[in-house]
Amino acid sequence: MAGAKEIRTQVASIKNTQKITKAMQMVAASKMRKAQERMLATRPYADKIQNVVAHLSHAHPEYHHPYLVERETKRVGLIVISTDRGLCGGLNTNLFKAVITAMKEWDAAGLEIDLTLLGTKSNAFFKHIGGNITASATHLGDAPSIVELIGTVKVMLDAYADGSIDRLCLAHNVFENTMTQNPLIKQLIPIVDEADEQLKTHWDYIYEPDSKPVMDALMIRYIESLVYQGVVENVACEQAARMVAMKSATENANDLIDELQLIYNKARQAAITQEISEIVSGAAAV
Amino acid sequence: MAMTLHVDIVSAEDEIFSGTATMVFAPAEMGEVGIAPRHAPLLARLQPGEVRVQTQEGEELSFFVSGGMLEVQPHIVTVLSDTAIRATDLDEAQALEAKERAEHMLADKSADIDYAKAQSELAQSMAQLASIKKLRERN
Repeated sequence: MAGAKEIRTQVASIKNTQKITKAMQMVAASKMRKAQERMLATRPYADKIQNVVAHLSHAHPEYHHPYLVERETKRVGLIVISTDRGLCGGLNTNLFKAVITAMKEWDAAGLEIDLTLLGTKSNAFFKHIGGNITASATHLGDAPSIVELIGTVKVMLDAYADGSIDRLCLAHNVFENTMTQNPLIKQLIPIVDEADEQLKTHWDYIYEPDSKPVMDALMIRYIESLVYQGVVENVACEQAARMVAMKSATENANDLIDELQLIYNKARQAAITQEISEIVSGAAAV
Repeated sequence: MAMTLHVDIVSAEDEIFSGTATMVFAPAEMGEVGIAPRHAPLLARLQPGEVRVQTQEGEELSFFVSGGMLEVQPHIVTVLSDTAIRATDLDEAQALEAKERAEHMLADKSADIDYAKAQSELAQSMAQLASIKKLRERN
């Protein structure tokens, strides 16, 4: 019975790990539900502000906001939203893969890239491989607040305002469902027109105090709300991915335990058979 | 029946109020504005203060906003409320902080991206994931 004891301790240790992964799975499941609710809670604001911006991009005779005007691109700003913690399967890796592909394309087109990083994972990744990082924020937590993003987003918006970047993009994971999360890179500014040319009656708002300050304030909030939505959605993705990863880890542990149990039983049986044959042959010898 | 307005008060993090009203008062930057049904389209900046909503039942509900935007269409009023207290200096300070964090992190890094390294690193972790998946399928 040489290996039996080792196998037993191995099974015990796998069982302990399994307890942890199971607990993490359940925690992730409950956090995911909350994150999804938070995701839905941000929708009304985003929809409303989008409506207003969509309208403004069509009807504004007196003041053209720079975010609505396309200009020649020399430098791209990219905001990358990653998770703070690992153990969530290929979530971050898939996103970084998409980001690197896009960056390579831009690089080939002769564009320079400025990065803003949210989440420790993206910080660690780009610290390793390099890149021109202009701002970063980490530890936004499970319930991120928009206050923590204002500064980070402002760095990029200022860069756009003073002409050091000519385009701003956002990379994050999109929550399709519990099983699927897909990386997405979308352009924030210049604001892309969503091709709704149904300008039936030409009307404009009354602006108070004036069209410029009102639109400035509105545009900043619009971009912030998009980034915030990305962050909240990424949290939901993180929890979903973690839940799935931990579920498969728990199942894996089960398989391992079954396998080891079989080996243990065989070893035990072999030891017993050997003992019997020793006794029998000993008796025969007497 | 008296004419009514649909009122939505939303913040980036939550929906605060949604319902009908006969009149809405909001603290616009140049003084409080009262919005009755069929008001002309208006877009205004709000300062911190109280948004009051008069409901059909004659009740008056009040909500505190720390600034934001007010959008008015003839029968719809939308208050895009800020969750944060906004001030230019405060935003500036936060932006500086974010920059500092990045600089701090990059103290000893070059600005050039090592694509080869990035790809090999990604390939490595993708391979890890793939082998985990294979391991699972085997069972």
